[in-house]
Amino acid sequence: MESFEYLAPRTLAEAFAALGNGKRSLMLAGGTDVIVQLRENRRSCDQLIDLKHIPELMAVDIRADGGLDIGAAVPLAELYGNRDIARRWPGLVDAASIIGGRAIQSRASFGGNLCNASPAADSSPSLMAHGAVLTIASAGGTRTVPVDEFFAGPGRSVLQPGEVLLRVSIPPQPARSAVFYHRFIPRNEMDIAVASAGVRLVLDESGDRIASARVALGAVAATPIMVPAAAEAVVGQAPVADTFAKAGEAASAAAQPITDMRGSAAQRKHLVSVLTVRAFEHALQRIREGR
Amino acid sequence: MTTVDRPPYRIVGTRPIRHDGIDKVTGRAKYANDVQIPGHLHARFLRSPHAHARILSIDTSRAEALPGVFAVVTGKDFPEVSAVLREQTEGAMANMGLLSRHIMARDKAWFRGHAVAAVAADSPHRAEEALKLIEVRYELLPPVLDALEAMKPDAPIVIDGLVTNTSRTTRAGGILGPGEDGPQSNVATTFVMELGDLANGFEEADIILERDYHTTAAHQGYIEPQAATAFWSTDHQLTIWTSTQGPFAVRDNTAAILKLSPGQVKVVPAEIGGGFGAKLNITIEPVAALLAMKCGRPVKLAVSRLEVFEAMGPASPAYVHLRMGITNEGRITAADTRLIFEAGAIPGSPVPGAANCMFSPYNIANGRIEGIDVVVNKPKTLSYRAPGAPSGAYAVEQMLDEFAAMLGKDPIELRLLNAAHEGDRRINGVACGSMGFQETLEAAAATDHYRSPIEGPWRGRGVAAGFWGNATGPASVIAGLLPDGRVSYIEGSVDIGGTRTTAAMMFAEAVGMPVTDVRPSVADTDSIGFTSNTGGSSVTFKQGWAAYEAAQDLKRQLIERAAKTWDVPVDRVRYEAGVCTNLDDEAKTLTTNQIAARMNGTGGPIIGHATVVPRGVAGGFAVHIADVEVDPATGKVTLTRYSCVQDVGTAIHPGYVEGQMQGGAAQGIGWAINEEYVYNAEGRMENSSFLDYRMPTALDLPPIETHLVEVPNPGHPFGVRGVGEAAFVPPLPAMANAVAHALGTRMYDLPMSPRRVLEALARQ
Repeated sequence: MESFEYLAPRTLAEAFAALGNGKRSLMLAGGTDVIVQLRENRRSCDQLIDLKHIPELMAVDIRADGGLDIGAAVPLAELYGNRDIARRWPGLVDAASIIGGRAIQSRASFGGNLCNASPAADSSPSLMAHGAVLTIASAGGTRTVPVDEFFAGPGRSVLQPGEVLLRVSIPPQPARSAVFYHRFIPRNEMDIAVASAGVRLVLDESGDRIASARVALGAVAATPIMVPAAAEAVVGQAPVADTFAKAGEAASAAAQPITDMRGSAAQRKHLVSVLTVRAFEHALQRIREGR
Repeated sequence: MTTVDRPPYRIVGTRPIRHDGIDKVTGRAKYANDVQIPGHLHARFLRSPHAHARILSIDTSRAEALPGVFAVVTGKDFPEVSAVLREQTEGAMANMGLLSRHIMARDKAWFRGHAVAAVAADSPHRAEEALKLIEVRYELLPPVLDALEAMKPDAPIVIDGLVTNTSRTTRAGGILGPGEDGPQSNVATTFVMELGDLANGFEEADIILERDYHTTAAHQGYIEPQAATAFWSTDHQLTIWTSTQGPFAVRDNTAAILKLSPGQVKVVPAEIGGGFGAKLNITIEPVAALLAMKCGRPVKLAVSRLEVFEAMGPASPAYVHLRMGITNEGRITAADTRLIFEAGAIPGSPVPGAANCMFSPYNIANGRIEGIDVVVNKPKTLSYRAPGAPSGAYAVEQMLDEFAAMLGKDPIELRLLNAAHEGDRRINGVACGSMGFQETLEAAAATDHYRSPIEGPWRGRGVAAGFWGNATGPASVIAGLLPDGRVSYIEGSVDIGGTRTTAAMMFAEAVGMPVTDVRPSVADTDSIGFTSNTGGSSVTFKQGWAAYEAAQDLKRQLIERAAKTWDVPVDRVRYEAGVCTNLDDEAKTLTTNQIAARMNGTGGPIIGHATVVPRGVAGGFAVHIADVEVDPATGKVTLTRYSCVQDVGTAIHPGYVEGQMQGGAAQGIGWAINEEYVYNAEGRMENSSFLDYRMPTALDLPPIETHLVEVPNPGHPFGVRGVGEAAFVPPLPAMANAVAHALGTRMYDLPMSPRRVLEALARQ
């Protein structure tokens, strides 16, 4: 690890000033990835800017319209530790509660997990299934990007130099809907997804037909991907095993995985089908149980 | 359960709090990386990025010129230590010349991560900066990464001049001497063991099975990476503080490699954050020493986890070809095996461990074992708990499971039918000593676990047995009486399994004093007599003997002191539980405390001591039962119940014995289902972190049930047999058998990871 400066701006303006001072910067929104990368000489910087002291990035707001704003540096444990959030957005807790162990979750944030832009990141498919929108700020103002369009490749996002991810917004979720996210890992904790799937299932008023769906997959392409074909395959159908199996097939067809030390391409193509089907089954159960 | 009556012990068999417990749970215990010698420098390694390359030149001048850099060493700073085969003494475990070249590369880099230089600087960051200034020119050579590939006639030669050694006693291997000519090979050693008449044995058989098995490399999983600090004083004395299982081996081997006299080297062992066999060898100590010798300052050298994975060496991968014959009644008539073990870059795999253990639970009249030790372009493999034995058991115990199914016999019953007994001759020629295998099998059959049904689809139960011979060796103790009657108990065995407390318990038992009044500590190599490694499940055995003998010595001196005080012959004094009684006047007594308080005025300090090289070691047997459930959609194996049944001799501290059994099981379960070293074609390990090298976590294991079968060893004053390693032998085959029954198809290689289970199901 090379030596670098550590900065802890108290305001966004201070952060933008630091980002504009001409030095090579990295941002810290928890540090559970970036510190490891620096220590192992996989990344380097002149200054590390700690975003955890900026109030906007540490705020959580359950909006009056039923949406949820999560500051980009809010620790995961603060999300699943919040009873209202845990009750109303269990699909977020699915992701927040499995990224690392308790110590990691007390530091790590959705914003950091997104900006690290790992194709296997647990937050991405869950947030994509929710239809989350990201607010990005720079000295010049703010812009919004749907989380589906945030990733540009392994370790790369659309975040430009001088920009900071400000918050993750979960729009109000439809009635009779539920999100479920899960991943496959060989162990039962402390692992990286071999493949993962997040789905949102929305039933029609009768409760017998699927009104709409969103299907997002992780670790099967250069970025997390949405699979519209899997959603289309179930819309208008009864929420039963045969229907979910079609979504699974579509997910498998859309996956373009690689073979690496965490799993083979064939294994991942197979797994996303299994995970998509099971995610739909769990989401249906959530709706039925009124969660 | 206890199978024989044993003496009414007061302390043995209880569970006192360990003497080092408070320091460890409060973080005060000092590990090797906690050592802070004033003014010490920080050292870092430059390691080869190539798995096989000729080193054309190394230019360290720019690194040496960097302000803050105090010393740089490369291979040319090391003295020339011969690697010629014939210079090894009989029974040598390592060829010092090859070990020296493994610790620091000379003309060739043998594996990715092979050290080519090291730098000592005033900060770790400066040392890393200096590494970037060292220019190494390499000529790339094709690597060979697998033992079977390395044995092919056209394979690249890893070690220039290496010749095949066929003697069983100089198994470390070596190179041709100057002017000698002969065929070079990657096969370092071959040996054969034979018993009975193999052809006849197979003729007697009704069923013969022949299979190939493969076990993968496995990391020992010690949490603490290697760290060593060295200081070379102006009077040419070297002191090394290090994390080791063998401070005396570090002393002697470092001296041999640096051409110092052992008396010039003092090794101070730190508390150890896990070893499991991987810290028996020297790895970094001579480098820290050379840097310190070069600049005259203390130098601390601590490696990273990445270096541990890339350069420190796992358990050997092994290919086992096995052919066995059995009668319809279930009697094994013949066994024939060929063991090919990967040694890593230099000779010395634990293929003898597999050969000596794999058939030892059974009485087999006709057998042949061929062992082959092969070098490849990977770091030298290191010991890992019962080295070699799990790979051998993986083959034998799976084949027995297949036989049991074919014969319609219960797997424990089949093993009972073939169980070896005291006096039976093993294939390696050794006669079985005191053993409790039959008792262990019977206890396993009687467990609630084994008697419970295993039902439902995709569920299976596996049973397997395992043996480890256990070791002994020299051990030393100094037991000094303190003025208040307590005892300072100084021993030479590094404590990695609670052995400080077990030694103190045995000493207290023998003296008849409270165990809390014994204060055990581990001394440096100048402060205690030679004590062999903490390895081979030897410590409680040999330190128990030393404790017993030191207790006799202390009691003798207490009696003498009382006799002198009363002016009576020593045979007129009775010693019992800390009280000397004058037999001529039984009203006259002296307690140990009273003697201790006045000892300086009544004849001087009282110090018991013992140096022992005990015989009477006895092997240990374990039987494990595993229940698994497989998810056929994902291939994931979930362990639902696991039991360990083991002949533990006498359990001195049952809590530590249970811990050894559970730890051995957990490590073996991990090896069975998820752990593996993933190398790419260039010889780079791709999963070199604990994130991707998947050892089981607490959430991956059910409570592991333990059943202690106590068949005391008659060759030990307290009936001790080693327990730490036998517990690691059955898990691989127990898990393999369970998964085979759950899947309805058998896998013959490891790991049984989700991907490979899915592939096995697809083949079905």
